[in-house]
Amino acid sequence: MLEIKGYRKTFHAGTPNQIKALRGVTLSIDDGSFVVVIGTNGSGKSTLLNAVAGSFLADEGSILLDGSDISSWPEHRRAKLIGRVFQNPFSGTAPGMTIAENLAMAARRGHFPTISWALRPRLLEECRERIATLKMGLEDRLNTPIGGLSGGQRQALTLLMATWQRPALLLLDEHTAALDPRSAERIIELTSEIVTAHRLTTLMVTHSMHQAANLGDRLVMMHRGEVVRDLSGEEKKRLRPDDLLAHFDRVRRREMLDESAAEMLAERYV
Amino acid sequence: MNLLLGSLTIGLILSLLALGAYIAFRIFDFADMTADGSLTLGGAVAAILLVSGVSPLTATLAATVSGVMAGTVTGLLYTRCRIHPILSGILTMTALYSVNLRIMGKSNISLMSVNTLAAMAEQLCQPLFGSGATLLLWGWPVASRDVSVLLVTALLVLLVNLLVYLFFRTVLGTVMRATGDNPQMVRAQGTDTGLMITIGLALANGLIALSGALLTQYQGFADVQMGIGMLVWGLASVIIGESLVRGGGLGFALSGVLIGSLLFRLMVAIALRFGLNPNDLKLVTALCVFAALVLPRWLESFGNAGWKRGRHA
Repeated sequence: MLEIKGYRKTFHAGTPNQIKALRGVTLSIDDGSFVVVIGTNGSGKSTLLNAVAGSFLADEGSILLDGSDISSWPEHRRAKLIGRVFQNPFSGTAPGMTIAENLAMAARRGHFPTISWALRPRLLEECRERIATLKMGLEDRLNTPIGGLSGGQRQALTLLMATWQRPALLLLDEHTAALDPRSAERIIELTSEIVTAHRLTTLMVTHSMHQAANLGDRLVMMHRGEVVRDLSGEEKKRLRPDDLLAHFDRVRRREMLDESAAEMLAERYV
Repeated sequence: MNLLLGSLTIGLILSLLALGAYIAFRIFDFADMTADGSLTLGGAVAAILLVSGVSPLTATLAATVSGVMAGTVTGLLYTRCRIHPILSGILTMTALYSVNLRIMGKSNISLMSVNTLAAMAEQLCQPLFGSGATLLLWGWPVASRDVSVLLVTALLVLLVNLLVYLFFRTVLGTVMRATGDNPQMVRAQGTDTGLMITIGLALANGLIALSGALLTQYQGFADVQMGIGMLVWGLASVIIGESLVRGGGLGFALSGVLIGSLLFRLMVAIALRFGLNPNDLKLVTALCVFAALVLPRWLESFGNAGWKRGRHA
């Protein structure tokens, strides 16, 4: 169970570049729920994920995960509970190291690294079995450096690494945005398979209306650092990509109205 | 022949310095300036302990530990106090100059008539070479002392290299290598990258101090100035090794460092033999590193230009 309470974050506070990225977000996610987050550019959807992962600390508000208050935990400590896949396929794996070495680290996520042999035969066997489930033919290339693989292959491995040990929460940050359409489709299939198989609590940010409509059991729409829509159950099931686009249009139009109205008032009174 | 033996021995000893530089610069991508200070620190600690009658093995071990501590200080300055990497190293290095003077009590300690690892090596190899002061090596008369020291140094350096190699294949070593490769990924896998960098710098400077301790015992004295410019020396070896030994694996990289150090020392010995003024040595070293860094790139662009011209003609 993830609980975000009144989370506020302002970047570059007090400078001309000040950005109020999150303006009091409150969100509670049940165990086993798959939540999709969408929003316009700069709506704070990725910032929300980074806030949960601990890339920075809150100005105000708290985050509870699995009953512990993780608000003040550094990123690496939260990683014990949280599995992550990044937008950039290069972020999730160490390119200069082999597939096996990368997976060996994931197999011990959250434990202090010990002085014991990293690539034990039993672990390699397990690596081979688990990689085979990706159906990418990577199980015979355990000693290949990851840097030589395609973005899709790297994202698949990152997904495998993030879920190697069952995380209390899986964070997916537009993890198909940098991939070609076919790889993106494969990664979405995999995501869906893994999340369903392990009943993982998942928070996924996406820019694809198609993914937003078809994946997950709950949809959260963000705008200007706030949650503006929260659909679940039947309402979420009935949702079509067109409905979402229409909704975005409405938000945008209201926005323009706000701005032009402000301008009109300024002209008249200032 | 004596020249060859001497330069091989120094090359081996300084390969540990190069190994330390490799760990900091290549594995962690951390420009660690502590080296000049920690090399002298190792020499100073070893010398003062040897003079006060401590056994050579204990003295060498203590010197290594002192280097580990120096590296830890640099690591903490960077990770906990958030000081720029280069400045962290410079601060430690500068502070160490005074520390080294304090440890030694004067600027130079002679180890004449003191039991050192070199003397131990001689005793150890006595059954091998007999008691004569000289022996014939492929028809050349050489001091049996020099051969024994070379032999023992080679064994010691190979052992250290093997240990370092094995260490980097452990879970901790793997995570440390990944920290240099992609710190974001290491944090996402639940490890504190700051701690990994600190351990890495401790290890690197431990090796550098070990190198200093061995050098002191080989040359028979410790000098507070002995570390100056040594970092560039280590880097030169790393770069030469990299240009010679190409291959992805860790084993290749480590043996490249060793070969680079040996070759570099040999080149220096030859240059000195043919009349290079020892005062110019650091300048020449710096120029060598410069050339090794820049020439490959220039040659490449040159080659490309030539190839394109050829195709157009």
